[in-house]
Amino acid sequence: MKPIETKQEYSDYVDKKSPNSPILKNCFNAFWVGGLICTIGQIIMDFCKYKGMDETGASTVVSITLIAISAILTGLNIFNKIGKFAGAGSLIPITGFANSIVSPAIEYKSEGYVMGVGGKMFTVAGPVLVFGISASVIIGIIAVLFAH
Amino acid sequence: MDFIQSIDYMGLLKCFVVGGIICIIGQILIDKTKLTPARILVIFVTTGAILGGLGIYKYLIDFAGAGATVPLLGFGANLAKGAIQEVKTSGLLGAFVGGVKASAGGIAAAVFFGYLASLIAKPKIKKQ
Repeated sequence: MKPIETKQEYSDYVDKKSPNSPILKNCFNAFWVGGLICTIGQIIMDFCKYKGMDETGASTVVSITLIAISAILTGLNIFNKIGKFAGAGSLIPITGFANSIVSPAIEYKSEGYVMGVGGKMFTVAGPVLVFGISASVIIGIIAVLFAH
Repeated sequence: MDFIQSIDYMGLLKCFVVGGIICIIGQILIDKTKLTPARILVIFVTTGAILGGLGIYKYLIDFAGAGATVPLLGFGANLAKGAIQEVKTSGLLGAFVGGVKASAGGIAAAVFFGYLASLIAKPKIKKQ
């Protein structure tokens, strides 16, 4: 094999060697795993409502339950196997948010509980909260302006 | 059991399909763009907040239930909904209080279970 000398050659080489991600198969797996996670959520929600909870309470219970399940599966090292298979199917539901907090919390334990667990926990979830919460404050301010 | 009989199977199907389609959108972003998962999550939450703020997302929630609330779009929409509702009762203060208040359960649960898991679970040894 001739040596790789330029950047262009290298990127051609990488493109040739890296497998084309089978997008249809990925989408199919994301679809059914994501759909299934949401359906589990819906069953929990229906059960809470059946037990007499209101809409807001029930959907909070759904979030907390799915987050707890994700934390357990992440701790048992099962979640990343599901993630590899399902891609966005487990990333986009609230389970992905939970995994993004729990996984670094476990991995960075060796750096100590304050800066390791406490700090690294928010590597991915931090940006999500920054933009999500900022958006909600801006929307709230706009709502105040519209109310007058 | 009464609960089993009370399950709305049509509702579950709608939930499954809508939740699945939202995940397909995420999968296309993963496969067709170079966006990192963190950016994709940020995009979903922010988009959800905007759709929630415009009052569009609640129609999807009415249609698909958890199919719309469980994906992160729903997390964003819930932040926006909380802010708007709190503004109605306490004005400008509500803009700051409402969003986090509405999502507090999920955020606190993720942080708490993350901490708990780090106490119990062992880090996996990375194969090099």
